Amino acid sequence: MSTNTALDQLFVKTRAENRAALIAYIPAGFPSQAGCHKVIETLAKAGVDAIEIGYPYSDPVMDGPTIQAAATQALENGTGVTEVFAALKHATDQGVAAVVMTYWNPIEKYGAAKFAQAIADNGGSGVITPDLTIEESDEWRAAVNSSSINPIYVVAPSTKPERLVKVTDQCGGFIYAASLMGVTGARSGISSGAGELVARLRKVSDKPISVGLGVSNREQAKEVAAFADGVIVGSAFIKAIQDAPDEESGLVAVAHLASELAKGVREAR
Amino acid sequence: MLDSKLVIDGLGHFGPYGGRFVPEALIGALEELEAAHSSALLDPIFQAELSELHRTYSGRPSIITEAKRFAEHAGGARIILKREDLNHTGSHKINNVLGQALLTKRMGKTRIIAETGAGQHGVASATAAALMGLECVVYMGEEDTKRQSLNVARMKLLGAQVVPVTSGSRTLKDAINEAMRDWVTNVENTHYLLGTVAGPHPFPTMVRDFHKIIGEEARAQVIELTGRLPDAVLACVGGGSNAIGIFHDFIKDKDVRLIGLEAGGDGVETGRHAATITGGTRGVLHGTRSYVLQDENGQTVESHSISAGLDYPGVGPEHAYLHDIGRAEYRAITDAQAMAAFALLCKTEGIIPAIETAHALAGALQVGNELGPDATLLINLSGRGDKDVQTAANYFGIPL
Repeated sequence: MSTNTALDQLFVKTRAENRAALIAYIPAGFPSQAGCHKVIETLAKAGVDAIEIGYPYSDPVMDGPTIQAAATQALENGTGVTEVFAALKHATDQGVAAVVMTYWNPIEKYGAAKFAQAIADNGGSGVITPDLTIEESDEWRAAVNSSSINPIYVVAPSTKPERLVKVTDQCGGFIYAASLMGVTGARSGISSGAGELVARLRKVSDKPISVGLGVSNREQAKEVAAFADGVIVGSAFIKAIQDAPDEESGLVAVAHLASELAKGVREAR
Repeated sequence: MLDSKLVIDGLGHFGPYGGRFVPEALIGALEELEAAHSSALLDPIFQAELSELHRTYSGRPSIITEAKRFAEHAGGARIILKREDLNHTGSHKINNVLGQALLTKRMGKTRIIAETGAGQHGVASATAAALMGLECVVYMGEEDTKRQSLNVARMKLLGAQVVPVTSGSRTLKDAINEAMRDWVTNVENTHYLLGTVAGPHPFPTMVRDFHKIIGEEARAQVIELTGRLPDAVLACVGGGSNAIGIFHDFIKDKDVRLIGLEAGGDGVETGRHAATITGGTRGVLHGTRSYVLQDENGQTVESHSISAGLDYPGVGPEHAYLHDIGRAEYRAITDAQAMAAFALLCKTEGIIPAIETAHALAGALQVGNELGPDATLLINLSGRGDKDVQTAANYFGIPL
């Protein structure tokens, strides 16, 4: 399986620049449909390299309170598959690589082949599927292959060596390395498990590796960018929006955080 | 074909259902659990320890009771009740928690977490934790902690910590979400003691294995009493653990009808129900593929039932499979039908059933009238109704 998505091209570029890519997560429909599109524009302008559009889901077992609250708000805003693809297209229109991150059931409901094709049709590079195990992925594998998009799976510090090989073999675009055993959300420090996991991954794969879970500021981004190909930040952006008194100041906070993080990923090596 | 052992593969599938849809962080724990369960099945010491607990702690074997006065309202069919309500802690739930608590110790873990809706599984889990010296945390939707405050107190008396869940719809499904988040975070020392035959592999088969004793006992007891197999076996279905427990040993008896009674709430046609097989569609929820109550975007739809224990928008994957191959039938029983059967059993037999169980009793009234006086029906009386006295009193207008 060989793809040449915007995400594939991004990592060729950032590796040539000897730096990590900055990847931001925002749920579709949060804080509103129009607001989400403004956040996407702001992220792209402030130096984010790629954007993950979250598909808000009713039962997000991998997510901590910050993203849960954002997902609930997005669902109350009427966010469904149409809004997710619209946000994805808006991101790719800004010239950044974009993927969708979603629990499996919305894909199954929509139809795997149709979903993968819609990602491609909207300029998307791939899909992150945090609860799709490789054992259950036959149909999805066929779908992403025929649409030439990246299937991005998550690995964890607890993933055993032989399984790490199996999962990374299936990954395209990048390998999503969960930095710790837990749910999404800002943490005060980066878990030592992140570096150890990336080191284990380097031994079995030369695909780009992005680290997510718990990265929220420039210092942490710099720390992770020293050993990873990509740094993923989600909850910190959402929190910046949630904590702002109004939408305008939320966008200012997002721009500030994104530009700080963009510096962080460039000053690591 | 009809023996489910033949259709389950190494990945926990029942036809297209079951499997494992979980974060990668949980795979190690699920594999460890599967290995512990497989080795325990073959370990005579483990089996002897579990049998001893059944005999000296839960009160197994549970008896059967013929409900002759109740049967007069069921077309005159013979009605035989399998009395899981007489188990310690008041329901079939103890079978599973004792088994899983023993496995927890076998894996060297010291902490269990559990979800609960009405509180029955939470109480049973807290009980097993107290017995075996394990730390116990029970996640319970905030709404349910208010509705079932007595069970919250019971769990606390037993030494468990009860965590009210304030996310999502604040009911059972959100309690499961929160328990899974805890498990992802604390998997090193923690076992998630899931209370039903749903969730990722190996839970559906493992929980079934701990409950199948219900059907094994009942099959022999009914044959001893009547000289033959029953015509139908009935049980209520939320997640489906008591139903699988009593069905399983009868799956091979092709002439025995297996009938699951789902919670029809206000009526399936109103959309306010918890009848997942009757009114749901194929999907993935809480780590397994089965029938799910969901909307066109794959979002889980809230379920509704007077019975907190059946108020769940998913169902065990083995039930989905038994339904699709036509080996078991599933019907919806409304709140009103269940409460009428509840009242009838109280007044004709002197047994106050759990409201969950009352759905199976309402099914027995229907099926008995369909089959007539020559039929014998075996009903799983899965739980007693002490916990439901307040709900029933409110329903029937009895002042408290």
